[in-house]
Amino acid sequence: MSPVVVTRTRKTDAQPQGAPSSLPFHREMMKTSAGAPDFLQDYRSRAWEAYERLPLPAITDEAWRRTDIRPLIGSAFVPQHLAASAAPLAAPDPALLASLTGETHGGQIVITPSGVTVQLAEELAQKGVIFTDLATAERQHSDILANIIGQVVRADEGKFAALAAALANNGVLVYIPRHVQLEQPLHSLLWGPGAGLAYFSHLLVWVEDGASLTYVHESASPTESAPALHAGLVEIYVGAGAKLRFVELQSWGEHVWNFSHERARVARDGSLDWIFGAVGSRLTKNFSDLDLIGEGAAGRMSGFYFTDGSQHLDHDTQQNHLAAHTTSDLLFKGALKDQSRSVWQGMIYVAPGAQRADGYQANRNLVLSPASRADSIPGLEILADDVRCTHGATVGKIDADQVFYLRSRGLNSQEAERLIVEGFFDPIMQRIPFDGVRERFQSAIQAKMG
Amino acid sequence: MSDLVIHNLHVNIGDREVLKGLDLVIEQGKVHALMGPNGNGKSTLAYAIMGHPAYTVTAGEILFKGQNILELEPDQRSRLGIFLAFQYPVAIPGVSVANFLRTALNSRRKAVNPEDKGIPIPEFRRLLRERMDLLKMDHAFAGRYLNDGFSGGEKKRAEVLQMATLRPEIAILDETDSGLDIDALRIVSEGVNALRGPGMGVLVITHYQRILNYIKPDYVHILLNGSIVECGGPELALHLEEHGYDWIREKVNS
Repeated sequence: MSPVVVTRTRKTDAQPQGAPSSLPFHREMMKTSAGAPDFLQDYRSRAWEAYERLPLPAITDEAWRRTDIRPLIGSAFVPQHLAASAAPLAAPDPALLASLTGETHGGQIVITPSGVTVQLAEELAQKGVIFTDLATAERQHSDILANIIGQVVRADEGKFAALAAALANNGVLVYIPRHVQLEQPLHSLLWGPGAGLAYFSHLLVWVEDGASLTYVHESASPTESAPALHAGLVEIYVGAGAKLRFVELQSWGEHVWNFSHERARVARDGSLDWIFGAVGSRLTKNFSDLDLIGEGAAGRMSGFYFTDGSQHLDHDTQQNHLAAHTTSDLLFKGALKDQSRSVWQGMIYVAPGAQRADGYQANRNLVLSPASRADSIPGLEILADDVRCTHGATVGKIDADQVFYLRSRGLNSQEAERLIVEGFFDPIMQRIPFDGVRERFQSAIQAKMG
Repeated sequence: MSDLVIHNLHVNIGDREVLKGLDLVIEQGKVHALMGPNGNGKSTLAYAIMGHPAYTVTAGEILFKGQNILELEPDQRSRLGIFLAFQYPVAIPGVSVANFLRTALNSRRKAVNPEDKGIPIPEFRRLLRERMDLLKMDHAFAGRYLNDGFSGGEKKRAEVLQMATLRPEIAILDETDSGLDIDALRIVSEGVNALRGPGMGVLVITHYQRILNYIKPDYVHILLNGSIVECGGPELALHLEEHGYDWIREKVNS
């Protein structure tokens, strides 16, 4: 196993005039537990150097043109693990701990400010499955960690990627050995309550050749009155002929500035079903890349988002066809209320020689109030000549004729709009193989529609 | 049981007056046909009864069950027992026929009792199957998205299925015959006939006599230039079929 690191660069201009220059973090915040292995100390130091070297993203950067983080500057954040324990923080909502896949969890990790709980079925551990929090992995699985950390997402890909890499005090390591097929899903929850705190997380999901896994990860917190921050990394590897279904749910409180860099690398004949659900945070900037590096690799990305209030969600996706006979299929659908805003910017890239690549991307938005706004920017960059790539992007409103039609059958206007919105999201629901996840999205629609 | 009484109804679309003092009583238990050339206000009447926001009532009243329904929202009118089968049913992508009908039934139950938990699923399934059988519809139809990609005939059949499920007391069929081939017309008409009875008044809006061969009206009314100009029995429709509308225009103008 030695995946080739393929880098797609995003245009980054030099630091423009008047751009914000600093966040309230410093080198001493890096984790320096005495027992941490050298490679991790190195990894974190290099990440910190990248963090210091890289300018803060500004709206003059193409990728950040529609997402302005200047209001973040000047806020005071203390990394949660260094914060003096003052008032007790809220405990996780028990509903977040239930299985969403209809199967009993094979393992569950709950990361909260007051501690981490890790459960893994004994028979899975005996098969060599590793499912543990990052702090434990540092001590017990440093050999595996050394081989995979930083392999898929480079720490210097962005300011927040570097920050997360340097300061991530915790996260999850999932490692499925060759040909081990998990029937039961794994589940993890990052619970990040509190104001004025910064959370950093690092997820490593490694599914070796011929193995299979279903994994659900949630990030959540209640809404607080003062800002908080989360910066995260997600590194995924799906080996040859391996299969991963990965569901990521984001329901941060509406005070959280949320940044994440995520990439999945899929080897020959591997397949990834990647599902995103995003209803929380004050602002999110998410980079999610799918790298299809081996012939016959396939990836599907399905995104659900619903914003209200003054939320701002920005999803930046890449489908990189780096080998022949690769297939990607992306559908992101979102609804927007109040003054909220969404951005989806997607790119299908087909490398030279990646013949018979088949790429699809579509983004559909339903704008429910005149003050909300959705930007949808599809893109294709095709450097092979025998490929099939299609894309589509739409931003629409609820049709008054639909509302009248439903009202003529006795639905009040609220019920009519809710049904239309549910119908709008149905194509996403159809792509989700788990009742529990669909129900979660349904209840998010209910909650957002009021 | 109640008649629908329309009195001196004036309706504008924008600045244009389309209905100009229309009087009509739709009697409970009777089938009324409303005929007339295109562009004289037949569909406007249907939309005005249902409360479409683009149709402004400038004068008159529509009484049903002791109240002026012009003061009610479209959904309140529906829950009171009025149903409009649309000439051009609207597609609701992503919402199945079954899901939609269950939501519509539950809205009615909730309006009566806010604590209602909704119709039990097995009961709903049984009801829907029974109504689909009445209209000779394939049960797979229930799983299709409402009016989305339906043929003209399927849309009209879906309208009658909704009527059969919601059981209105006043049903208005706005050109339900348009776009139907003869087989579809017969099936749709049989469905309407099966629902006819003392508990339902029907207004069949059409400009062809053809549907009236299948749905026999008790009364025929002619709408010309925004008001009812002639009333009669079923023989009036046959007369129109034979002689067209010119004689009635001449009669009105003289």
